[in-house]
Amino acid sequence: MSAIQNDWRADAAAAAQRMRLRGFDYVMRNNGGYLSQICSAAEIFAFLYGRAMRIGPSAAPMIPGPFTGNPGPNNPDYANGGLYNGAPGPDFDRFIFSPAHYALVLYVALIEHGRLAPEALEQFNQDGSRMELIGAEHSPGVESTTGSLGQALSQAMGVALGRRMKGEAGAVWVMMSDGEFQEGQTWEALQALSHYRLGSVRIIVDVNAQQCDGAMADVMRIEPLAERAAAFGANAHDIDGHDFAAMERALDSADAERPLLILARTDPARGVPLMNERAPVLHYLRFSSDDERARYQAAFDAMAGA
Amino acid sequence: MSAPLEIVKRPHVENFIAWAKDRPDVVVLSADLTNSCEVGQWRDTYPDRFFSMGMAEQNMMGVAAGLAREGYTPFIHTFAVFIYRRAYDQLAMSIAYPNLRVRFFGFLPGIVTPGGVTHQAIEDIAIMRATPNMTVLETGDATEAESVLDVAQAVDGPCYVRFLRGEMPRLFPKSEPFALNTARTLSEGDDVVILTAGITTEEAMRAADFLNRKGVGVRHLHVSTHKPFTDPAVLDALKSCRYGAVTLENHITTGGLGTAVSELMTDHGVGKRLIRLGLNDTYAHGASRDYLQAEYNLDAKALVKAVGELTGAGFEASDADINAARAESGASDAKAEAL
Repeated sequence: MSAIQNDWRADAAAAAQRMRLRGFDYVMRNNGGYLSQICSAAEIFAFLYGRAMRIGPSAAPMIPGPFTGNPGPNNPDYANGGLYNGAPGPDFDRFIFSPAHYALVLYVALIEHGRLAPEALEQFNQDGSRMELIGAEHSPGVESTTGSLGQALSQAMGVALGRRMKGEAGAVWVMMSDGEFQEGQTWEALQALSHYRLGSVRIIVDVNAQQCDGAMADVMRIEPLAERAAAFGANAHDIDGHDFAAMERALDSADAERPLLILARTDPARGVPLMNERAPVLHYLRFSSDDERARYQAAFDAMAGA
Repeated sequence: MSAPLEIVKRPHVENFIAWAKDRPDVVVLSADLTNSCEVGQWRDTYPDRFFSMGMAEQNMMGVAAGLAREGYTPFIHTFAVFIYRRAYDQLAMSIAYPNLRVRFFGFLPGIVTPGGVTHQAIEDIAIMRATPNMTVLETGDATEAESVLDVAQAVDGPCYVRFLRGEMPRLFPKSEPFALNTARTLSEGDDVVILTAGITTEEAMRAADFLNRKGVGVRHLHVSTHKPFTDPAVLDALKSCRYGAVTLENHITTGGLGTAVSELMTDHGVGKRLIRLGLNDTYAHGASRDYLQAEYNLDAKALVKAVGELTGAGFEASDADINAARAESGASDAKAEAL
């Protein structure tokens, strides 16, 4: 048993490292991008896709077709991006992706877990593509539209309620960002999940303490987050978000009634310490000079050669 | 003299229970206004299909979205203002954008409530019409309050229903249920078209009666579908009338029925006057329905005056004239709305 566990951890560590490298490569070629989110959340996604979520193989093309319009009465053939997480089934888990700004992280995670072709990344943020900068539910891996932050947890609760009524055993996983705990709706949702005893909802949060305006401690404090969430009825765990063993321990503590909330404390410069120079404004990497770009290129080359 | 109108007391209570009996996909969500929205008995009848969401409308929208994705048909019941004002981003992004089968039953339309500005939904139709994928319905009497359920349920997407509660008249026979995108012709005439919806229809029936006796040919159309708004009977009436049209809406004059009619006329080059009666870029306040209808020109007298302006006849109706019409048409004396 422990050998199997070690296997998944080694594989997940390798997947996380490949995610960083692929994301960094893309950001260098794109001359900027959401790098800190990949650095902070790589282990979270490797845990979700490599260990936590019970999902079937992708039911969607390895290379997504073009955008074919929004959901609506005149678009019956709309294809939902959730199919990249497998066809739904009573015993399968579902994945609701909350911080749609992490789209690049998700796409890279899908690639490293064999659900999306590496060359699909060339469609990222291109006109007419499904692989939008901030994903919507036609984007690979995205089941519901959550770019307006703080809405996913409520949607996940509805899915979980419906699945409970149907007697389905699968869980509903939600990946969130810590900034979403500034939204009142998140607390409404936690309160309701607790009221309805929906332990089938399992949340993992990238607590990187960063948001668009800078450090969350300066923009709007949310701490002590674990205590607050526990007071709302969550089965909350405050862990190192780069530590797979800690993630697994939190997962093992899941119970049937309390929503599981894994607060994964992360380093937004993990793997790219050069980014610490820019702290606390890490939301989007934009090179301010040729010199800075060259130093990031050197850091990338070092990572690629390692 | 016609028979007095039947006044129906809380038709939704029993009707919705009977209707939902063999529809296990139907679930109800309420935000602490369960009895206020006439679903307390529904909750007691189907406790496993009723979800109390507390005073948390944003979360309620998301939960409804998730339930709809799982094949259920959530019927949200709360005051209309708390649907489209308080939780609009959630309504638009979690429900309307994905075209999910959620039904919004919005109570307390316009000035029917003395609850004042916070409880009076005066711009709901404008906002819901402006929401892609949304179908927008409004009930005007007991027959429509009963039969709108079938119409809403048939919509393959989100549907907003501006809904009545409490005592209401039965203006239309049970044998003529709510029909999507189909206006009801309540009087025939070639001079002026009057278009009304919801509670303004009963008011206009009195005005139309008075006007017809004055020799003005009034074609009165009752509108119960705000979106889609493509009923050819409406366009034909607008094209064929001599002087123009008047809309009377329990809503602001921006974005609601008056706007929909003006858009239709513009799109089809119908170059006639349109007078839009309703709340004119203003909020209302807490007072009785009769008082507010008179204050904001939402009553039969205002309608008669507008028709007089349109035709050039310039006549007005006195209270006595309207009251005479009220008696003759057997207009309702439904109990005033309270909280």
